Amino acid sequence: MGFEQFIFYVFAALLVFAALRVVTVRNPVHAVLFLVLAFFSSAALWLLLEAEFLALVLVLVYVGAVMVLFLFVIMMLDIDIAVLREGFTRYVPVGVFVGLAIVVEMALVLIRYFALPAGAAPKQLPADYSNTRMLGDVLYTHYVYSFEIAAAILLVAIIAAIVLTLRRRPDTKHQDPARQVRVRRRDRIRIVKMDAEKKTP
Amino acid sequence: MGRRVGYGAGGGGRVSLMITLQEYLVLGAVLFCIGVAGIFINRKNVIVLLMSIELMLLAANMNFIAFSHFLGNAAGQIFVLFILTVAAAESAIGLAILVVLFRNRRSINVEDIDSLKG
Repeated sequence: MGFEQFIFYVFAALLVFAALRVVTVRNPVHAVLFLVLAFFSSAALWLLLEAEFLALVLVLVYVGAVMVLFLFVIMMLDIDIAVLREGFTRYVPVGVFVGLAIVVEMALVLIRYFALPAGAAPKQLPADYSNTRMLGDVLYTHYVYSFEIAAAILLVAIIAAIVLTLRRRPDTKHQDPARQVRVRRRDRIRIVKMDAEKKTP
Repeated sequence: MGRRVGYGAGGGGRVSLMITLQEYLVLGAVLFCIGVAGIFINRKNVIVLLMSIELMLLAANMNFIAFSHFLGNAAGQIFVLFILTVAAAESAIGLAILVVLFRNRRSINVEDIDSLKG
């Protein structure tokens, strides 16, 4: 077994283990942490596939932002795990059956009847080849409209997330600059004329 | 290092030191099935449902990158970039919906959200 294959099998085993734990573990916080492990091992596999930029994006953006968002939401919500775990054992057989059926079908097709077109081997790349430069060259020329649509999707997601979670609380104190500027002296103080008090002898 | 030697997707009798495309595809299939099984198993917990969807998207990305590498085509990697974008947007909105749901119902159980059933 070559070194590359050894690396592949180690990270593939780690990935499958982490994915299994994500769907079976009791505590959602642990599930998120196992999902982080799964993303890390698949980033290693992507490095093996010479997709360096996407591997780093997966770790930085996905683990760094999306998974932290998951953790944040889970820790913010006060979830009763016991209720959510009810019926877990009831659904396990059907879940395992469906999963196994799909994986057996796919493996049969892929291993037995699937082959690349002849001569389609991975290219030997020069040492100074930059995956990031290649992606940028293609992304900003051929796929520039798709790129802009992706930006619009992200904008929509930002606005939607803010609008969904925004709530106006009536009891919070906040300033109204317009009213502050508009205020007059007579609104605030009232001068009362009165005689000086005299001490009675 | 012995890489790029003896690559044979269809066998050919040579000893293969390379990882073949099929291995990556089977790994993607296993990952996808774990995601599907996770949706069946955790059908009450919305958070784990979202995480299962993430697993399935990861499996799809794995296949895209494997094909992109073995066919020498950059389009697969570009597509993965867009999938990551859309998946990030999807989970952000999903989690926002989850927060609003929890605020209104004090629960994220899927069976508590069936008021549209009539």
